Amino acid sequence: MKIAVCVSHVPDTATKIKIGANNKEIEKTGVTFIINPYDEFAVEEAVRTKEKFGGDITIISIGDDQNKETIRKALAMGGDKGVLLKTAEALDSISVAKLLSEEIKAGGFHIVFMGKQSVDYDNSITGQLTAAMLDYNCISVCVSLSIEDSKVTAEREIEGGREVVETSLPVIITAQKGLNEPRYPSIKNIMDAKRKTIEDKPVTAGEISSEVIEMRLPQPKNPGRIIGTDKSAVPELVRLLKEEAKVI
Amino acid sequence: MILAFIEQRDGVIKKVSYEVVSKAVASGKITGEKVAAIFCGNEVSGIDNLAGYGLEKLYFMKNPDLNNYSSSAYSELVSKIANQISAKTVLFGNTAMGKDLAPRVAVKLSAGIITDCVELEVSSDSIKAIRPAFAGKARQVVSLRTPVKVFTLRPNVFKAETGSAGNLDIETITENSVNLASKVVSVKKSEGKLDVAEADIIVSGGRGLKEAANFNLIENLAEALGAAVGASRAVVDAGWRPHREQVGQTGKTVSPTLYVACGISGAIQHLAGMSSSKYIVAINKDKDAPIFSVADYGIAGDVFEIIPALTEELKKQSN
Repeated sequence: MKIAVCVSHVPDTATKIKIGANNKEIEKTGVTFIINPYDEFAVEEAVRTKEKFGGDITIISIGDDQNKETIRKALAMGGDKGVLLKTAEALDSISVAKLLSEEIKAGGFHIVFMGKQSVDYDNSITGQLTAAMLDYNCISVCVSLSIEDSKVTAEREIEGGREVVETSLPVIITAQKGLNEPRYPSIKNIMDAKRKTIEDKPVTAGEISSEVIEMRLPQPKNPGRIIGTDKSAVPELVRLLKEEAKVI
Repeated sequence: MILAFIEQRDGVIKKVSYEVVSKAVASGKITGEKVAAIFCGNEVSGIDNLAGYGLEKLYFMKNPDLNNYSSSAYSELVSKIANQISAKTVLFGNTAMGKDLAPRVAVKLSAGIITDCVELEVSSDSIKAIRPAFAGKARQVVSLRTPVKVFTLRPNVFKAETGSAGNLDIETITENSVNLASKVVSVKKSEGKLDVAEADIIVSGGRGLKEAANFNLIENLAEALGAAVGASRAVVDAGWRPHREQVGQTGKTVSPTLYVACGISGAIQHLAGMSSSKYIVAINKDKDAPIFSVADYGIAGDVFEIIPALTEELKKQSN
């Protein structure tokens, strides 16, 4: 089975966000970047799929040389080779999906895994867009997956439950936390990953369909009040919620 | 034309769909465009209610196989109607279904797409969307350059406004066969609980609850408030609560009317996910915990004393 995993290189979730000088993106200086947390579930599922069906796993990422750190992490978890689609452009989901779909088409992959969203711009649509461009099937926000011959059955998380979805290969699966328990690569895996190939492919996105006019920090909340330190404050809290906030 | 997608589960229209229709109708008044909505399903209750939100035209795509969601069938039908009426703007709720469907429709319409909008500034010649990024740590103002534009609107943020009830023209289109390349074969409901992503009120618990069994305090308070139960990442990772309840950067970003944080200190990832709630109450023994910096009302005390007292007080007052 030809398997691909698309990974993104994102600011650590503990990052305190500052806005860059152009007021359009974040200030990246001093920010630690990590593999997108949902992508770890995607890589793990790809490795399990390979363990079951054989094949090879290509790790694909879009960005600059820094992304190689995230590609190496995925290689250490079990990827076979990496592809860096190299560009310094500011991309949106559609342009990312276009670049990924071209690479996936060229590679003829049967199954592609991605995280259900990147924890930077939180669009959570790249998998679905890419699948639509390729005319692949797609199941987003997966929490369980089984593949038999070309039949694919997955559970996806919805409000208040799960949907059981049936489709067939070729398919793009976007991974939700809970799909599996990602493995920690051993020292040997990490050393081996250093010898795996990462191919550089310069790409250009062309026209971007969206324009970021501004990025800003949310309005800081007015500091509230501490109305007490024990249960004697409870009636006052209920009164405030009823009469001042009017929310209960 | 503006097209609004109406989401149904089990034939019942989702609350967010009224919000989406209201925004579509309000936008149409500004741009002078007509507004239509599309519904995919087989049976539906209360469809006439949509007239009360100022909607005048509804396309009801009918087939027994549309009762459950199918990304392949739904995306073909929504794109077909959007093309037929030359829709320039297509609106969805930012739900599990909306997020799955909207991007496929966008590709079919060669449209740009902006998801999870919390504001849509519509004028006669432009639409600016405001959306959170980095789980709410930042906000983006974004516009689309494409002729056709797709937006998904965050639930609970846009008002569902009833206006003068117009005449709703429902055009039922019976689809003889639909593309089921991908289809939902069954739905497993979580045990009768409200979902944090949809709830008006959320009561969340964190490590301050000390052990999983103590979440009964959270559940009781949630019941007294008619609220959903949420959880911090720490207690989800510890296996006390399921991931679907996790609020924060690797869980759900929520904007309820009231968020009650119990025994949650307020890690940056958690604050990002809930600080856009309209009102926040924090109960935590550490008065210096970061959660108090976003709370409207706080009680800096013992959760084991205060939560049961609050539950009792609410029950007493509702009797």
